[in-house]
Amino acid sequence: MSATDYGWLVLAFPVAGMLIVAFGWRLLPGRLPGWIASGAILGSFLASLGALDTVDGEAHVDSAWTYVDTAGFTADMAILVDPLSVFMCLVVSGVSFLIHVYSVAYMGGDRGYSRYFAYLNYFVFSMLLLVLAANFVILIIGWAFVGAASYLLISFWYRRTTATYAGIKAFVINVIGDVGLVIAAFLLFDNTGALDYAGVFGGAEEAFGTNDGTLVVACLMLLVGAFAKSAQLPLHTWLPDAMEGPTPVSALIHAATMVTAGVYLIARMHPLFELAPTAADISAIIGTATLVFAATVALVVTDLKRVIAYSTISQIGYMVLGVSVAAYGAGLFHLMTHAFFKALLFMGAGSVIGAMAGIQNLDRMGGFRKAMPFTFITFTIGALALAAFPLTAGFFSKDEILAFSIERGGGFVVLALLGYVAAFLTAFYAFRMVFRVFFGDPVPEARELEGGHVAHGEPLNPMTGEAEDTDVGFPGPEHHVAEQSWPMKVAMAILAVLAIVGGVVGIPAATDTLEHFLEPTFEDSRYIDTHPSEGAEWVGLAAGGLISIAAIALAYVFYIRRRGITLQLRDRFAFAHRFLEHKWYFDELYDAVFVRPFTGAGAFGRRVIETDFVQGFIVGGATGVVRAGTSFARAIQTGYVRAYALLLLLGVGALGLYFLVQSS
Amino acid sequence: MDITWYLVLSAFIFAIGAAGVMSRRNPLVVLLCLELMLNAGNLALVAFSRMHGGEAGQVFALIVMVIAACEVVIGLGIIVAMYRRRLPIDVDEMSELRG
Repeated sequence: MSATDYGWLVLAFPVAGMLIVAFGWRLLPGRLPGWIASGAILGSFLASLGALDTVDGEAHVDSAWTYVDTAGFTADMAILVDPLSVFMCLVVSGVSFLIHVYSVAYMGGDRGYSRYFAYLNYFVFSMLLLVLAANFVILIIGWAFVGAASYLLISFWYRRTTATYAGIKAFVINVIGDVGLVIAAFLLFDNTGALDYAGVFGGAEEAFGTNDGTLVVACLMLLVGAFAKSAQLPLHTWLPDAMEGPTPVSALIHAATMVTAGVYLIARMHPLFELAPTAADISAIIGTATLVFAATVALVVTDLKRVIAYSTISQIGYMVLGVSVAAYGAGLFHLMTHAFFKALLFMGAGSVIGAMAGIQNLDRMGGFRKAMPFTFITFTIGALALAAFPLTAGFFSKDEILAFSIERGGGFVVLALLGYVAAFLTAFYAFRMVFRVFFGDPVPEARELEGGHVAHGEPLNPMTGEAEDTDVGFPGPEHHVAEQSWPMKVAMAILAVLAIVGGVVGIPAATDTLEHFLEPTFEDSRYIDTHPSEGAEWVGLAAGGLISIAAIALAYVFYIRRRGITLQLRDRFAFAHRFLEHKWYFDELYDAVFVRPFTGAGAFGRRVIETDFVQGFIVGGATGVVRAGTSFARAIQTGYVRAYALLLLLGVGALGLYFLVQSS
Repeated sequence: MDITWYLVLSAFIFAIGAAGVMSRRNPLVVLLCLELMLNAGNLALVAFSRMHGGEAGQVFALIVMVIAACEVVIGLGIIVAMYRRRLPIDVDEMSELRG
């Protein structure tokens, strides 16, 4: 089989799984829908491995049918199989498979079990379509599909008001990105006359000079799409709220795969961004701003899942920085390692939240080390990889990005230094989570779990405290803890291993496997020969390792040795704390700039335009004119029968006289 | 044949009926006066029929009688209904059609 055959198989498995689960769920007993969905993704992963085996550095394009054929222009339902798309397929289907397996147990008690897996398979299909697309039409379709899947899964517990609001918020911001992507595709088509990648990239070389204004605008529009999907400033506000979805969804869509679509887009469009360096520089600056911003917010957020969400925003900032400074291999390497350790962290968080009977507040947690040794170990491994602790996967990938930025020189050195500052914060907040959840005095829930059974609180909304039930549309009655169910354990164990050893594909100078594998895709890059020297990379690694260890040590001092110090600091720097706790007031700003004016305009329209103008002036005026015009006619209608008779007689008499006069 | 006298009689009867319809308030009398007006018309029709020597006028007169019978049925029905509902038997009181 050729590489493209495998590419079609990669797409076919999730579609089949989705259809079987969505339409056959009545016939499928127990947990079978989950296993079918997992099997479909496993098939996809195996097909990706087949593609990995057959792909040979060439870009294979295969068209199934002509999608659009009009006015001398055609767009095909075509897939592109090259090292980049194969790499993305492997990451997406591999991590998705593990999260499917985890979900089989985690969602076991939920009344929406089959619906959940149908959505999940639909998401995986959309994501694979996005990465396999060979032209902008299919890319936009996949792009919009993943947005829809994300909406469906954030609002999965559809009777929980906060979840439906979060879903709407995510969808609206994603649509802003979709519009950006469509405008970019239009601008490129307008100037190059093509929508397939090869045609656009070839045409752009001819149509545009370096930093051509139109091309920069097109690239900025691509960035709007990428930033909305990848939750970068200033379109990041939806991602923390997206944590309202089930925890495996947060792990899969809002950490490991979908939110990295923006990184993939920038990497895929690298010929355009290299032709428009201004756009690439803006992208690098925004990526850096985002990674610093999100890291500072993650320091103070007390919701366990939202800490990890801000961490995700921050880590995607690193990837965006990487692909924007043309460190494509490094950026995608970080994308892969991040998928491993972030999915792992979310799974651990899901386990802890299960043990806490749904409570997500870090202030309420503590001392789970003895109660959940397995979760403790795997979560700590994930946190170590996130903190870029020496020899873990995150260690190699993050520092490669920063080393490459320094190599580019100039302003990029400043960005890299900010990246190191944020790396310190990252390690600190990662271990803030570990120390606050697993160390200290065990909370009642932890003691109960040590005694062998899971705490069962009343079902309520963790955000607002509203009472809920456990029927469909709300989380199910059972709380699942990784310690007690083997599918969750298996998924977490595999990811933990990957989070440790995932770095071996990119150890500088030793095993640059990934970079060599991806090289054919990026061989047209003008920075292909720009590469930090071995010495610089090792210095960078040493610096990153030291920063990581120092930050973990500081977190140890703050949260274990001198526990009161954080409270003192909070009181001392109350203003800064409040600023960070409100997430730099982004939500408040958007509320004031967008939401309030729009609701105000809506209220104005309803009160003045609708009530006063339309109903009052137009409708009321029309009836008033008719009423005034008919007042005479109404006055004749006295209701007296005898008056009618008189009028009738007078009328007939007048007519008779008229005819008499006429005829004589 | 001179039909002047027939027409004069017919006009008198019609005028009496019209005056009755407009001046009386008892619906029963109003109905009676309506009959007078219709029959004045009938008389004129029959007179013209005789003058022209055709039968059309007589046929019309028969049809008018049928219509008059129907009208009386409805009118009396209304009056009985008013009586049953203890409404005043007075056409001026029935002025709900005022615009």
